[in-house]
Amino acid sequence: MATSFELNGAATTLDADPAMPLLWAIREVAGLPGTKFGCGMALCGACTVHLEGEPVRSCVTPLSSVAGKRVTTIEGLHSQPAKAVQAAWIELQVPQCGYCQSGQIMAATALLEKNTSPNDGDIDDAMSGNICRCATYSRIRAAIHAAAHSLAAHSAKG
Amino acid sequence: MTPYMRSIPRPTRREFLKAAGGVGAMGLTIGFEWLGPARRAAAAGVATIFAPNAFLRIDPTGSVTVIAKHVEMGQGAYTGIATVLAEELDADWAQVRVESAPADAKRYANLAFGMQGTGGSTAMANSWSQLREAGAKGRAMLLTAASLEWKVPVTELTTDKGVVFHTGSARQATYGSLAVKAAALPVPEKVALKDPKDFKLIGRFLPRVDVPAKVNGTAQFTLDVVLPGMLVALLKRPPLFGARVKSFDATAAAAVPGVVKVVQVPGGVAVVARGFWAAKKGRDALAVEWDDTDAEKRSTSVMLDEYRRLADQPAASARKVGDVASVLKTAAQTVAASYEFPYLAHAPMEPLDAVVKLTPTTCEIWAGDQFQTLDQANAAATAGLDPQRVTINTLYAGGSFGRRANVRSDYIVEAVSIAKAYGADGTPIKLQWTREDDIHGGLYRPMYFHKLEAGLNEKKELVAWRHVIVGQSIMGGGPFEVMVKNGVDPTSVEGASTIAYRIPNIDVSLATTKNPVPVLWWRVVGSSHTVFAVETFIDQVAHAAGQDPFVFRRGLLEHEPRMQAVLELAADKAGWSSGPMPKGKGRGIAVAEAFKTLVAQVAEVTVDTEGHVSVDRVVCAVDCGVPINPDVIAAQMEGGIGFGLGAAMFSGITLKDGRVEQDNFNNFRVLRMNEMPKVEVHIVPSAEAPTGVGEPGVAPIGPAVANAIFAATGTRVTMLPFAKLGKA
Repeated sequence: MATSFELNGAATTLDADPAMPLLWAIREVAGLPGTKFGCGMALCGACTVHLEGEPVRSCVTPLSSVAGKRVTTIEGLHSQPAKAVQAAWIELQVPQCGYCQSGQIMAATALLEKNTSPNDGDIDDAMSGNICRCATYSRIRAAIHAAAHSLAAHSAKG
Repeated sequence: MTPYMRSIPRPTRREFLKAAGGVGAMGLTIGFEWLGPARRAAAAGVATIFAPNAFLRIDPTGSVTVIAKHVEMGQGAYTGIATVLAEELDADWAQVRVESAPADAKRYANLAFGMQGTGGSTAMANSWSQLREAGAKGRAMLLTAASLEWKVPVTELTTDKGVVFHTGSARQATYGSLAVKAAALPVPEKVALKDPKDFKLIGRFLPRVDVPAKVNGTAQFTLDVVLPGMLVALLKRPPLFGARVKSFDATAAAAVPGVVKVVQVPGGVAVVARGFWAAKKGRDALAVEWDDTDAEKRSTSVMLDEYRRLADQPAASARKVGDVASVLKTAAQTVAASYEFPYLAHAPMEPLDAVVKLTPTTCEIWAGDQFQTLDQANAAATAGLDPQRVTINTLYAGGSFGRRANVRSDYIVEAVSIAKAYGADGTPIKLQWTREDDIHGGLYRPMYFHKLEAGLNEKKELVAWRHVIVGQSIMGGGPFEVMVKNGVDPTSVEGASTIAYRIPNIDVSLATTKNPVPVLWWRVVGSSHTVFAVETFIDQVAHAAGQDPFVFRRGLLEHEPRMQAVLELAADKAGWSSGPMPKGKGRGIAVAEAFKTLVAQVAEVTVDTEGHVSVDRVVCAVDCGVPINPDVIAAQMEGGIGFGLGAAMFSGITLKDGRVEQDNFNNFRVLRMNEMPKVEVHIVPSAEAPTGVGEPGVAPIGPAVANAIFAATGTRVTMLPFAKLGKA
């Protein structure tokens, strides 16, 4: 059965089991490997993608539920906040093993798209669903603050 | 985060991507045909490459490829290895890329192990001289090439950032332009290494080679390997350790759309399908009956009762100095404590996975491989091939913490045995573990029971120390059995038998238990439990002696100046002597040596009225010899603290009638963002040979926090995780 939706800005139809989690549909059917499998139960956040701009755990999101909706993966990140997040991740050398970082970046981007100057409590709320076993948490926090600052500087200039 | 010397201009993003190499870029290609390093070089049409040794290639474009014999699993090995070689080569960092070495113990053995593999925080320590020499020899040959070309003495030549200069004639040539000529020259036998004062890359901020690809989703993990015709396998394993397949009914599994075959292998029954989802549904539908005759059916609480009894019986001696028994009898004061440590899963973010392409004559493996030589041998034995017929493509590992380094190569052997049972027809098969497979899967950090006693004399001096450890052996019964001497597995007692404090009478002993729960080293190995016991008990003894715990430790370390120095640095930076903390808050200290690296940490905690602990700040001092990359060292300390803290506060594997009670991150809890303290890292300047940083940062955090909890509440934590006591 086919499901049609918008994937990274492109109209996409995937012919797969409608109960298949979005994670496996985008990885194995659409061929976008940036989104990772970590727990399969929405407990770790490695599979975070944006559904209509909201961060969701694609490992528990059935493919059928995204019909007609807008899905963004790490491969389709183009917004200003996303660019600021990725630049800050490089600047502060956040990743270690790197496996969870697509999900971290998707969650952080979704946060900054809603809240341009998050405080530490906002960051805890937005990011505590994303596990990093390398515990790069200090740098993730610092990078989110840095990205917020660079966005503020950018909008002040603009 | 501690800012380091960041005056070195950072490469541009484009250069970053270049430095990260082709591996990441390939992740963008859907259904790519994997190109191994050698094939990639051939495909690039590079006919003449300057490759003076197994670790270095320079092509005529000037691109410098460093071949890494160690896996990159987050610890920064690729960057460290490249830095050391590039330093002596005097390469341009922006032109350096890293690629993984093939499985070849002759060329790529870990000099600390005598076989190819990564672990024990040895990557930089064992590569240091080898890669400095590899880079220096390459540079010497490029200099000779330029000297022949320009007919000037080598002594008049200098190098910088991949260019040879002759000041007298104002000539210069890039390494790339000299590569062909240099390739024809003999490799020098001996070569001088740089004076450390001339280092340009070592000790500076250098961006990691793997970061750009890990920020845009293109880094290639095993999960991301796609080969033409590849199938995905999930394996149904026994619910009890030591159980076996009695019979199975594949009817329902085979009826799931996408399931191709159901095969029995020694480890269980595998469902091979087109894609993960079909394999998962197939496995859910699979009916297996298990034979649990030889299985472990006890609960961990019962095992612990046995451990407690064993702690009172004579055990193998790990260290004996003086006469503890009689000194304790006559001591003015004695102190005693016992500790319980649970089994721990490693739970790397990337659940175990491996891709195998098996034919009757060859076996090719893709994995975040950590023990290439053993994995090659075990895969060969499983496939019925010579080890030389097994090739391994080592990819980025999505974490490991020791899990991928196991002597049975469990997940590799499973994948090969599934490919064999499938027919060994060249169909690539990816074995994928789920998180539940990982948490249920064994190869845990062993469960331990510790019992300690100390004696003080009338002057309140520590005069006797007895430490008994009870638990399973990691090294026993495998290829590392030779390391077990007189009944003592060094990985069971390290950190305890090696206690650095000056105590005139010491007795450390071990009772090794046996049961079918498979165990394995877990980040920082023995020191993951021994240091907790030693560092909380010494704290307790300090209080019994009426002394400040920092001052007490310092006094017992006069003969260990490096350890004393990290202890003092951490205490100083944390403001240890700045006076008492407010009510409900406490400060604790701990120090350890692990893998020859010295780490001290001071933790500050808040304990609320209901007993919930939050760790507010950790100050860490580390002495790891020459700091090759200070930012990577800081990152490893930060991460080690978070990893160790999560385990101390939340993690534990327990068995109920043989069944693992935890399943996933819901009940095998690990540290999350809101629980991460502020961390400061201070690095001791040193000219000593470098030692590892991947593991040592884990050791002191648990006891530092436990000592801080004592300072805040007056309660000693002796049972891990803290959550067990309602303290987290």
